[in-house]
Amino acid sequence: MSVVTDNRAGSPLSGLLRLLLRNHIWVFLALTVIVFSLSSPYFLTVNNIGNILTQGAFIGILAIGMTMVMIDGEIDLSVGAILALASALAIGLQDHMGVWPAVFLGLMSGAALGFLNGTLVALSGMHSFIVTLGGLIGIRGLVFVYSGENALMVPDFSYTEIPEIYLGPISLTAMLFFALAFFFQWVLSSTRHGRETYAVGDNIEAAHDAGINVKRHKIINFTICGTLAAVCGILLSMRLGTAEPNAGKIWELWTIIAVVLGGTRLQGGFGSMWMTIGGVLTLAVLRNGLRLLNTPNYVELMVMGGVLVLALVLDKLLNHKGDT
Amino acid sequence: MMDDVILKVEAITKTFPGVKALDDVSFDIRRGEVHALVGENGAGKSTLMKALAGLHKPDSGQIVYQGVPTEVAGPLDARQKGILLIHQELSLSPELSVAENIYLGAWPTNRFGVLKKRELRRNASAALEALGCGFGPDVRVGTLSVAMQQMVEIARAEAFSANVVIFDEPTASLTDTEKDQLFHTIRGLKARGVGIVYISHKMDEIFDITDRITVLRDGQVQGTVETGETDLNHVTRMMIGRTLDSFFVKAKPEFGAEVLRVDGLSKHGHFRNVSFSVREGEVLGLYGLVGAGRSEVVETIFGVRKADDGKLFWKGSEIDLPTPRQSIDMGMALVPESRKEQGLVLMMGGRENTSLPHLRLFSELSLMNRTKELATFEKYRSALSIKTTGPDQAVSQLSGGNQQKFVLAKWLCADPKLIILDEPTRGIDVGSKSAIHKLIAELAEQGLAVIVISSEMPEVLGVSHRVLAMSEGAVVAAFEEGNMSEENLIDAVSHHQGEAAAA
Ligand SMILES: Nc1ncnc2c1ncn2[C@@H]1O[C@H](COP(=O)(O)OP(=O)(O)OP(=O)(O)O)[C@@H](O)[C@H]1O
Ligand SMILES: [Mg+2]
Repeated sequence: MSVVTDNRAGSPLSGLLRLLLRNHIWVFLALTVIVFSLSSPYFLTVNNIGNILTQGAFIGILAIGMTMVMIDGEIDLSVGAILALASALAIGLQDHMGVWPAVFLGLMSGAALGFLNGTLVALSGMHSFIVTLGGLIGIRGLVFVYSGENALMVPDFSYTEIPEIYLGPISLTAMLFFALAFFFQWVLSSTRHGRETYAVGDNIEAAHDAGINVKRHKIINFTICGTLAAVCGILLSMRLGTAEPNAGKIWELWTIIAVVLGGTRLQGGFGSMWMTIGGVLTLAVLRNGLRLLNTPNYVELMVMGGVLVLALVLDKLLNHKGDT
Repeated sequence: MMDDVILKVEAITKTFPGVKALDDVSFDIRRGEVHALVGENGAGKSTLMKALAGLHKPDSGQIVYQGVPTEVAGPLDARQKGILLIHQELSLSPELSVAENIYLGAWPTNRFGVLKKRELRRNASAALEALGCGFGPDVRVGTLSVAMQQMVEIARAEAFSANVVIFDEPTASLTDTEKDQLFHTIRGLKARGVGIVYISHKMDEIFDITDRITVLRDGQVQGTVETGETDLNHVTRMMIGRTLDSFFVKAKPEFGAEVLRVDGLSKHGHFRNVSFSVREGEVLGLYGLVGAGRSEVVETIFGVRKADDGKLFWKGSEIDLPTPRQSIDMGMALVPESRKEQGLVLMMGGRENTSLPHLRLFSELSLMNRTKELATFEKYRSALSIKTTGPDQAVSQLSGGNQQKFVLAKWLCADPKLIILDEPTRGIDVGSKSAIHKLIAELAEQGLAVIVISSEMPEVLGVSHRVLAMSEGAVVAAFEEGNMSEENLIDAVSHHQGEAAAA
């Protein structure tokens, strides 16, 4: 690191520019919204916006937990599988114990698996990539064992009406996503746990030397991530009325893409829920817009891949110019 | 005088696999004194201080703090008790603010763990003001200079009303003015009755600021002396078991063809119009205060940075400014100033680290020649007296200075045509310094061109055939055999009056 300060500062215009560059995802989001509004008359309708928010909220809820874990400098690849298990339990157990106890147990399964992930990462010293990769495969296997490879049907379809609450075009799921995002942004910026998250991801040795209990801290964040994955799974089961053993497959990848697109750094220490909201919405807008334009599936995937790489290159160019 | 003692270490022993880092160590710190802890690289200084700060648990022995036998449970406990360690490597979170870093891990919160942000800011401001820091509590630490970051760590002493503050090689990367400021701060702490431990390899600093000196050698205390009643010779004898050859060995002045010539090299805001040349067998010194632009110049020549203007001649023919890869292929080696970041694969042993950049030299038909690798490792281990348990001990387990020695070894054995050494003896103990000087002379006598950057005047005068003085990004004077002296150098960099002497 050199002591050379950069002298691009100065005019308020360049200050504004730099603020935008630091939050480039919102600029990106605005651009995509403009492009799709111009190319499809159906895009900028109240109904469609509501759709985008609801669709985005599922990945969004996963992304909140992922952001916590990623600011810690870790990663959780098992969220998709946890989601599937929670959704299977929430539906499958209803016959035995009724709706709410089943939902509660579904939720607890996520918390427990997150706790397990965190404990293994903290105590074994293995990288979370490996630990949660194991989780991804193992938990998915568990889902298949539990559901016998079939989709589970909800016994009473009033279950699917639970999330059918709307505020204007905004669904309960979307509201929950925003509420959780705001809450965890507050946790990040205003609580001891939030500061620890940045400190641990930024310089783990300094955090340790300052007496932060790094292990306990990481376990908490993995537990949060697992619990939120279960929340997402339960919401999905309510929306679909079934629990597919393949539910949430490769959603962990979309989640990571959304978080990274937002600007949170894979290596930890930097990021926020604002960024993640931006990333989640951008992803949702892209998927929705491309479908409205009847883009074939493979083109959609190519565009998404391209956007991700572009966003990362932009981030690198704009924010890391100084350091070598 | 007993009640003057604030902290006492009694018979502490600490063993790592293969090394007894601390062996029955006892010493004490008094209120209002600066107590030096000196010793060779790997003597156990950092380990001892980490034991005080709760980062290592001693195998046996005890700490008596304020008259009471005390168990330091962990780093946070140590800070809350008033024992503060300022690390050899700064221990901060660059993305967090100054205030958050001062209270790292001990932020004021309510019962539910919600931060009391206003209190945090207010207390941090107070601590910063008490120290006279020129920055506020909201600045992101990553944007501060090294010296300012150090002030953030020192501000913790105010914030936690520390009784004992330990500085582990605090001046390694400070400029002279910054060092003066630090000493001012240390004297302020001292005046308030804080007991201070000061670890350094720079003997002039030790004699400048400390009251007592304790010498460690191979984990054992050699003795404690009053600074006023001893001298450099005595202390070095305690440290390394012999007195130091106070003369430098300079390579025989037999020069060959020009290897590198720099003509009018400029980079806006960093340095301007730098010209010089260096020949085979010649050692060229670049003297200047920290911040004079010396590192920037050599980094530009090596290709790490880009220049705005200027020409480069390699063995007489003009070349484009190279990339680092091209520089290495041409036969240039640069041992950078910040060796920690740029040098070692921490999980590998010393043997592999030494051979890493020049695997070609050590392999035949891409099979590693282990015997040759081991021989090189042994050569440098003994030449630089590197303290390691064996060729495969992970370098992350070595003491700070011993890690540095491996970085040097790694580039020295590269067999280059031109080697550039940026502060080659920083963080290295007095005994090994002369070994490095001897190596420099040997290299030159083998026909290498050598450029040595140093802020230590005796060193630069002792090893170089010619010296360029740099100040504020410009070469202000050049000295040769006849007029190379401390007075002339000081004159040149402090008054910029060297132009007359410049040839
Ligand atoms: N974590 C560790 N594991 C194994 N050995 C260690 C560890 N930390 C230190 N050592 C060993 O303990 C000895 C003392 O190291 P220490 O860091 O205390 O030396 P030092 O006196 O601070 O040296 P320097 O001047 O180079 O900083 C060294 O031989 C070192 O290799
Ligand atoms: Mg040390």
